[in-house]
Amino acid sequence: MMTSPVDRREPIKLGAFLIEWFVRLAGLSTIGFVILIFFFLLREGIPALFEVPLSNLFGTAWYPTFGYYGTIPLILGSLLVTLTAVVIALPLGIASAVFVREVAPNWVREVLKPLIEVLAGIPSVVLGFFGMTILVPAIRTLLNIPTGLTAFSGALVLAYMALPTIISVAEDALDAVPKSYRDAGLAMGATRWQTIWRVVVPAARSGIVTAVMLGLGRAIGETMAVMMITGNAARMPLGLDALFKPVRTMTATVAAEMGEVAQGSVHYHVLFGIGIILFLVTFVINLFAAKSIFKKRYRGGLR
Amino acid sequence: MKWATGLEFARARQAPWRSLLVWLILLGILLSGCSAPQQSTPQPGSSRTIINKGSDTLVNLALAWAEAYMALHPEVTISVTGGGSGTGLTAMLNGTIDLANASRSIKQEELDQAAKLGIEPIEYVVALDAIAIVVNLENPVDRITLPQLSAIYTGQITNWSQLGGDNLPIVLLSRESNSGTYVYFLENVIRLGDSDSKLLFAPDTLLMPSSEGISVEVRQNPNAIGYDGLGYVTPDQKVLAVAIDENSPYVKPSVETVNDGSYPISRELYMYTPGEPSGELAAYLEWIRTDGQELIPKLGFVPLIDEP
Repeated sequence: MMTSPVDRREPIKLGAFLIEWFVRLAGLSTIGFVILIFFFLLREGIPALFEVPLSNLFGTAWYPTFGYYGTIPLILGSLLVTLTAVVIALPLGIASAVFVREVAPNWVREVLKPLIEVLAGIPSVVLGFFGMTILVPAIRTLLNIPTGLTAFSGALVLAYMALPTIISVAEDALDAVPKSYRDAGLAMGATRWQTIWRVVVPAARSGIVTAVMLGLGRAIGETMAVMMITGNAARMPLGLDALFKPVRTMTATVAAEMGEVAQGSVHYHVLFGIGIILFLVTFVINLFAAKSIFKKRYRGGLR
Repeated sequence: MKWATGLEFARARQAPWRSLLVWLILLGILLSGCSAPQQSTPQPGSSRTIINKGSDTLVNLALAWAEAYMALHPEVTISVTGGGSGTGLTAMLNGTIDLANASRSIKQEELDQAAKLGIEPIEYVVALDAIAIVVNLENPVDRITLPQLSAIYTGQITNWSQLGGDNLPIVLLSRESNSGTYVYFLENVIRLGDSDSKLLFAPDTLLMPSSEGISVEVRQNPNAIGYDGLGYVTPDQKVLAVAIDENSPYVKPSVETVNDGSYPISRELYMYTPGEPSGELAAYLEWIRTDGQELIPKLGFVPLIDEP
């Protein structure tokens, strides 16, 4: 051991050593916290599986005050709102990214980029309040439905919240496409639009997938705005009109009910169970996002 | 490469004790973080700061009381927050507050938990409240019976035309399930006071996280029906007259009709202390139940008739 080449090196100063350790700890602590949080969730949530029969836990009635813990309406509610939000945000986000990166003149880009970042910084409770007072009545009268507090209203606001993430990441992906691609496209006689749509965007595909995944992760975890404008009715969101009816999401349920429950009660454990489900969903989404980052296509000068 | 050198350096030279030390310090930080909350348990009434939390129904009244009392006794600080009756009682049992507001009496489960923790909650009736049934100002319906309300909130009546109104769908609004008003409404209106009844809110019921949520929706949506404490009803909502059944008189909620018992959906509002209060807390509660009662009508609630 002691005869290794290490011995011949100059000793490193204590300060550098400490800083290195600090940086290392800071990095490792992130992983540590995630693991600790997950174990905490498991510890508090797993008992629900033994306290509540599975038929109740995966039933369709959510009346926690009266012993009905059916989580299916909540899971479907979250999925409905989130997926709709992504469907709305995806074309808008990619179009905005293409505009900012490929079409807009320089000075417009310089104005737009910081504005998009400001958009990301708007607190969700502000968007929720805006949704409650402006969007919800407008949707009710425009679509002529009984109430504007619907999954659709929630999805609109969520889409708006996911947009900055999608635009920024997708724009970076477009930025990484080498200039030679654009030149080649134009040299082949393609129009500017054809070059963008057939060459640049497909080349940035993996980055755009990442953008969507991150937007999805942003949307599914959002709580406050969703709680304020989706109506929070724990009904099964089935049927074609479910989008235009109230819905209750997992996040809103945890936020609305966690303050009330007695620590260690069945309801408490079930709420942590919902937390586990949310954690797993976000984890899988991020996993896919990471996978598409690491599996970039090394082709033709593209990183 | 710096990383690798550092690592080898750590291993080869002064390694074992140093990294052990770092981990020990970390462990120490972790442990001290874990044990800290237990030391901060407040002693009820001994401090000059009273932390008051709970029912959203009571929060405005509790704030008015706190402000008036602090003006009289500048040496006392009272902080008031809402969150729901269950939230307040849970916080009291967890020892984070001195005084819990509740719009329902304490549940058996909460009493069991208190017994487990060695706490003996003491109940004070501080005011009376009527639960008003509110609809949009444009809605032509202006009276309703309790059985009709039960049928509406269980999803059997779904259109205003069934109640003599316009041909519009009914949108049900309710408070969240952590609200004492929710529990009261379920037990006394939907189940009509029948303790064997298993009726529940229809799954389509919108659960609004705040009284304000109900107000906003009722104000702008002609289809909506909601319920809330009388103190929260603003003039831009229409309050329905309520009857016990078709043969009884329809009565609008007010201080008089609650006091003479003719308005059918009224209840007591409570404050709870963890154990016998002392010092400032006891003085504050005494004041609420005497001079403090004068503030109650201004906030739309009903004062206690008998002096305690």
